Amino acid sequence: MATLDEAVPPGEAHDAPADPRRRDYLSIGAVAFAGVGAGVVALPLINQMSPSADVLAQSTTELDVSAIQPGQSIKSTFRKQPLFVRNLTPKEIAEADAVPVSDLRDPETLAQRTKEGKANWLITLGVCTHLGCVPLGAGEGENKGPFGGYFCPCHGSAYDTAGRIRSGPAPSNLAVPDYEFISDTVVRVG
Amino acid sequence: MSFPWAKQYEPKHPLMKWVDDRLPLPRFVYNAVGAGYPVPRNLNYFWNFGVLAGMFLAVQIVTGIVLAMHYAANAGIAFDSVEHIMRDVNAGWFLRYAHANGASMFLLVVYIHIARGLWYGSYKAPREMVWLLGVVIFLLMMATAFMGYVLPWGQMSFWGAQVITGFFSAIPGVGETIRVWLLGGFAPDNAALNRFFSLHYLLPFVIAGVVILHIWALHIPGSSNPTGVEVKSEQDTVPFHPYYTAKDGVGVGVALIVFAALIFFAPNLLGHPDNYIPANPLSTPAHIVPEWYFLPFYAILKSFTFDFLWIPAKLWGVLAMFASILLLFFLPWLDTSPVRSANYRPTYRIFLWVLLVDVIVLGYIGGASPTPSVILIGQLASTYYFAHFLLILPIVSMMERPRPLPNSITEAVLAGKGGTSPAQTALAAE
Amino acid sequence: MVRILGGLVGLGFVLALLLGIYDTVSNWIKTPPAATAEHEFHEHPRKAGFSFEGVLGKYDNRQLQRGLQVYKEVCAACHSLRLVSFRDLEAIGYSEGQVKTIAKGFQVPSINPETGEPATRDGLASDRFPLVYANDVAARAANNNAIPPDLSLMAKARHDGPNYIYSLLTGYKAQEGYKNEKGEELLKQFPDTKTPQGLHFNPYFATLNLAMAQPIKDGQVTYSDGTAATADNYAKDVAAFLMWSAEPKLGARKTAGLATLIFLVIFCFLAYGAKKQIWRGVKD
Repeated sequence: MATLDEAVPPGEAHDAPADPRRRDYLSIGAVAFAGVGAGVVALPLINQMSPSADVLAQSTTELDVSAIQPGQSIKSTFRKQPLFVRNLTPKEIAEADAVPVSDLRDPETLAQRTKEGKANWLITLGVCTHLGCVPLGAGEGENKGPFGGYFCPCHGSAYDTAGRIRSGPAPSNLAVPDYEFISDTVVRVG
Repeated sequence: MSFPWAKQYEPKHPLMKWVDDRLPLPRFVYNAVGAGYPVPRNLNYFWNFGVLAGMFLAVQIVTGIVLAMHYAANAGIAFDSVEHIMRDVNAGWFLRYAHANGASMFLLVVYIHIARGLWYGSYKAPREMVWLLGVVIFLLMMATAFMGYVLPWGQMSFWGAQVITGFFSAIPGVGETIRVWLLGGFAPDNAALNRFFSLHYLLPFVIAGVVILHIWALHIPGSSNPTGVEVKSEQDTVPFHPYYTAKDGVGVGVALIVFAALIFFAPNLLGHPDNYIPANPLSTPAHIVPEWYFLPFYAILKSFTFDFLWIPAKLWGVLAMFASILLLFFLPWLDTSPVRSANYRPTYRIFLWVLLVDVIVLGYIGGASPTPSVILIGQLASTYYFAHFLLILPIVSMMERPRPLPNSITEAVLAGKGGTSPAQTALAAE
Repeated sequence: MVRILGGLVGLGFVLALLLGIYDTVSNWIKTPPAATAEHEFHEHPRKAGFSFEGVLGKYDNRQLQRGLQVYKEVCAACHSLRLVSFRDLEAIGYSEGQVKTIAKGFQVPSINPETGEPATRDGLASDRFPLVYANDVAARAANNNAIPPDLSLMAKARHDGPNYIYSLLTGYKAQEGYKNEKGEELLKQFPDTKTPQGLHFNPYFATLNLAMAQPIKDGQVTYSDGTAATADNYAKDVAAFLMWSAEPKLGARKTAGLATLIFLVIFCFLAYGAKKQIWRGVKD
């Protein structure tokens, strides 16, 4: 090596490799490993922002609905979002059933949005499907809007007595979360 | 850059040329850590530690930012929020252990980096500014590490904050006022925790800024090397990339192995059990010590037990502790020897070895219970520390007869005395 | 100038230290330090031999479940476990349904939905283990002025935690006639250290006397899996359980660590090979 050193500046010595493939193999391998390693380390750095275990653990809510009279509704919370539970009157059920489904922006019948035999219990998220405000109509004396259901004050979306979008900018009906009646009066949401 | 044979950036891709014409960032990077930076060919693995320090700064900033997404800087819930990270946050235990042990790794590689600078005289002309900025970085790191240790709000956090801010109460007259101002109260509490969190988040970015200045100042004269002889010709150098990027890659791999071993198999080895007890202002832990990287300075603080002249022992201790770091600022002018590398300084390097042992002894004393023998050893070791820098070093550098230096780096390398391997350096010291 | 000023400052520090050294030595000679009972008679924890020790050690779920049983039937009378959630127990081998049953066995603070007054309700899986005492004052009042510490992190809050818990629980001894390994008798050497009223002698405790009376005796807890019902087993099992409660992610940590180390070692070989190849034309 000494002779090479005297003859050629070291900076250029590597331009005349004896076996170029082996060097490439090792360098590429090392760089590829570094890349894979960086990618694997990025996963926890990204995943730490997903809901943590304590948040996920609170993803079911049990509700006692026995105190809600026909025509009344309550606001509860489900995954830190407002949840509307409404006991529909026979008149409200009839109004909802009278609407031709084909006229709706998001066609669904009331029966599809409630449980069998429990058609009077309308359980929806209280989150307007437009941009996430809480619609009015669940509280005592609040504006129920032109269709008697819910009315979003932010941008004027109006929902009917089945929580379906009828006018305004919202694209779809108020979401119905997964839920089941674990007794006649207790609902478990989530 | 300095050397006329440094390669010029030639964009390979039209897009890079387009960018380079408008914002010469590719050229800047090429000249800083690319093929455009000629580096002495004989750097040994101790020269990896600058890059490693940069890497651990990046690790700390990245893990710190994501931890701050979950941590709550409130004295009522800070402790529980750390446990929330450990138990509930996805991969939270990994992020926290990486951050806690990353601090130790950062300080460790910086200590080795400093030791390398001391041995090879990297602080001497024309690199004084590199050294001064390095000491600034070191001070900022110590402040950041201390404030970070307060954040989990365990017993050691609380009492660390109490003791460290207590240093300022040693200042005559205004000391107590300053301490209360620092804490925002009469004892560490919410106000202190919040401001420490704010500053702990800020300072790493200040460090990153000073690191850029540190590297800028380094690139004016170029890197030093184990012989301490200046670069004379193109033969003496190789381009940073690919030569030193490849060499640094090896160091990065080895450092990450040590780091991973700590995170995954001994995450609490360097911590203290008492910090898993929530802060309790009514009860001091039986044995309170700072983190390992502060122990030598803590030993110096504890060694001053005697009121001398008009200065009380407490103030002597605090002054000495700060002086033990601040004297590094004057090192380039305390050492007048024209020879940089201790490889060619037969007398000085003996004292350097003693200093290394001395600092390790101080580290042990800093963590030991203050029995009379421990105090005595600490006082002797502290005496040597100050004597080394302020008395021995200036005298030795005037009296010493250095060994003959090689004419050039290449000559040293060809004679097998380039000092490329630490083992070679150790042999040269014989 | 720098060197002259530096030398003067250096001389100042050195003189102050030399005077300090003189002071230390003369005090040492005048008043030799007295040995303390804590120093001479405090025992380091005995090794219990846990499954989770070592590089590849893992928790033994059956042991952790027995430990939970001991915690519930013995420790939980005074000690809380406030950082652990019932849902976490799925990690030690319980099903979702079993976790709900365990949670139901604890009453957690709540409010009366009618009146808003403080009340309690059955625990849910998402709840944490409830506090035993509402606050420190209540804890002191019920325990002869001592606060039973929370146990969630106990195994990490003491040096050699799991072994310490094991040793402490099985380490109660009669102080009368107690001798250390060197055969020195405590009360002969330090007659003043007689255990005060209301405290209990235990050489594994830092100050040798603690407020907690011996909590477990043979046969106190009935194991359903055939493990012998001895105090030694209870102590070992509950120590393992408390290690889990302090470091629940230990298993995942070691698995990830092994993969990471293997990956990094391969990377090091590749990086070293690449470095050798790149440098092969240059003598360095």
